[in-house]
Order: sequence, then structure tokens, then C-alpha cells
Amino acid sequence: MKIEVLGSGCANCKRLEENARTACKELGLTTKIIKVQDFKKIASYGVMATPALVVDGEVKIYGRVPDVKEIKELLKG
Amino acid sequence: MGILEDFSGWLVFNILKMSQGEALAEALNFFIADTIKVFLLLAVMIFLVSIIRTFVTPQKVKKLLGGSKEGFGNLVAALLGVPTPFCSCSAVPLFIGFMEAGVPLGVTFSFLISCPLINEVALAMLLGLFGWKVAALYIGSGLVIAVAAGILIGRLGLEDEVEDFVKKIRSKKIEEKKLDWSQRLKFARLQTIEIVTKVGPYMVLGIALGAFIHGFVPIGFLADIAGPNNIFAVPVAVIIGIPLYSNAAGTIPIVQALMDKGMAIGTALAFMMSITGLSLPEMIILRKVLKPKLLAIFVLILAVSFIAVGLLFNALLA
Repeated sequence: MKIEVLGSGCANCKRLEENARTACKELGLTTKIIKVQDFKKIASYGVMATPALVVDGEVKIYGRVPDVKEIKELLKG
Repeated sequence: MGILEDFSGWLVFNILKMSQGEALAEALNFFIADTIKVFLLLAVMIFLVSIIRTFVTPQKVKKLLGGSKEGFGNLVAALLGVPTPFCSCSAVPLFIGFMEAGVPLGVTFSFLISCPLINEVALAMLLGLFGWKVAALYIGSGLVIAVAAGILIGRLGLEDEVEDFVKKIRSKKIEEKKLDWSQRLKFARLQTIEIVTKVGPYMVLGIALGAFIHGFVPIGFLADIAGPNNIFAVPVAVIIGIPLYSNAAGTIPIVQALMDKGMAIGTALAFMMSITGLSLPEMIILRKVLKPKLLAIFVLILAVSFIAVGLLFNALLA
């Protein structure tokens, strides 16, 4: 599984990254979380509001910070 | 006097047994009444705007504005900018998305201007501390500026001043999930908690400073330097406002207190617009997609518009 956090590094992006890390840990996943800060890449995903969470190349959430519970459900599904 | 003022007056003068007319008591009275009022308004406003936000997503706005015409397109863009989420870090992906969808440059700018300028936090603060007349003046002139500046930028033919990589980006389509009402309400509730906790501390600090000014600075103190007759007050206020972005929630209560001490209404409006509409971090981020010339034109047009609004209302209302 590939998990990417899209965002330029503002407070919201950091919170999303943290939540994703906690969710992985609680699920026992060792997946590395990749930070994508390059605007060209972010835009090429079609994301117009950061932060965004991308799982296996698919944009799951954008424009808000989901809580740990929601990310866990996403990763399980 | 409303219920809140009665309550805070009762608390200060009856419970704390402070005497009326004393500076500290007056300051505390202002502080308690204003804090409760603005917190309530802020929560209600953010909640309502967040619900609208679940309907007006950037994806939909992009589709709606693609290939739109000058004038009407600018007006729709300016109006849609009001409820759309905006954090300066989203400005670049948003800009790229609009360009890709064929939204005209001028229309994109109308959106980029109204988005941060007219937002729910500033609106709640203005309504709570200044009343609906000033809030309406602010929204009205903000929309006029967003439309006019967008049309002007569109007419200047600056398409080549957008960084070249922007035109080459081809993005994937995102499927938008359909939300039901319980999801919309949940989103709005979470947003309200998040934004109120984020801006709350600045707001309390701002109101405390404002209350201090109310209580201790003599009335008419600023009448000479920031009153309607000093023509330089407006441009100076706009320049000071540019780096103050992150503290919009904290600055509006201070501006209100300053107005009480003689700052003219136009000067106050121009100052608040400059704080919310023009910010250093946003400019640094926009530089990634705009060449220096276009960025400079954008900043200049906005600064001149804010100054014009300030001078106009100083002349009309003073």
C-alpha cells in the first residue's frame, strides 16, 4: 500500500500526516507515509484544496483533516 | 442594551462590586460582553458557512466558471469566493485547477481576491463588534473590488505572465462523493470546532487589548492622526495591514477600539481589508504560479482599491 499526504507543509498538512501515522500504527501497518509538497504533483492529482490524502494513487480525502478513526476505516476498506 | 451587556454589567458592577465609570471596570465590562457575543456569532457563522461549503466545492466552482464571460463570470466568481474554504496554501492548486479548466484569468482573480477578503471569521467579527451596517459596507465594497480588479486584470492581457508550467499540467479527475445531510452536519460541526479553537485565542487577546484601549485611552486620541482629515492615514493603514494577515481575528477588535478613539470609518475599513485581503504568505505562495510582473500588478491593484475605498467612505461618512 502507498500512502501520500499532499500539502505545502502548513499546519493542516502536518496534522493530517500525524493522524495518518497514528492510524497506520493502530492498524499495525508499516507503510511509509510519503509527503508530497511539490505543487505540480499536487495539482496533477486534481486536488484544488489541501491537505489531501492519497491511497494507492487514488485521492481519498481533500480540503480537510480527517480524524484517525476515519483514516483507519479508509485504510481497512 | 442587550441581554449580554446586562449580564456583563451585572457581573462587573454587582458581583465584582467594581464602580461604574472606573477605567478598569469599564474595560472588563466591554471585554466580557464582547467576548461572549463574538464567540456565539463566530460559532453560528462558521457552522452555516460550513454547510454551504459542502455544496460549493472547488470542483463545482471550477466547472461552473470554465469558459465564463467577463462581467457576469467575475461577479459569480466573487460571490462563490465567499463560502469557499481558503487557506493560503490552497491558492496554488486552486489557481492551477482553474487555469486548466479554462477559467479566464480575470475571473480567476475575482475569485482569488474575494476568497480571503470576505470570509466567515471576518464577517462574524464585523457583525459582532461593528454591527450590520459596517459589515454590509465591508462585504459590498469587497465584492465590488473583486469584480472590478478581476475585470481589469482580464483586460490587461497578462496570460503570458502566468508561469509556463501551469499550462502544461494535466490533472486526473476526482470523483466527488455525494454527501447526505448527516455528513454535511458532521462536517460543519467539526469545522466549527476547528476554526473556533484556532482563531479563539487571537480573538480573546484582540478583544482584551481592545477593551484596554476602550478603558484607558482618552476619547478622540486618534482624531488628528487617523481621523477623516488626514489624507495619509488611509495609505499608511493599508501598508501596515499587509503583514498582519494571520491575526485577522485579533486585529478587528483592536480596530473597533481605535475607531472609538477617533479613527475614521474609511481608514478602519481599508485597514481591515488590507489585513484580510493582502497577505505576505499568500503572495510568496502565489509567486510560484505568477511571474513577478503579474504578482506586482495584483498587489498594486488591490492596495490602490483598498485606499480608494478608505478615502471614499472617509469623504462620504465623516
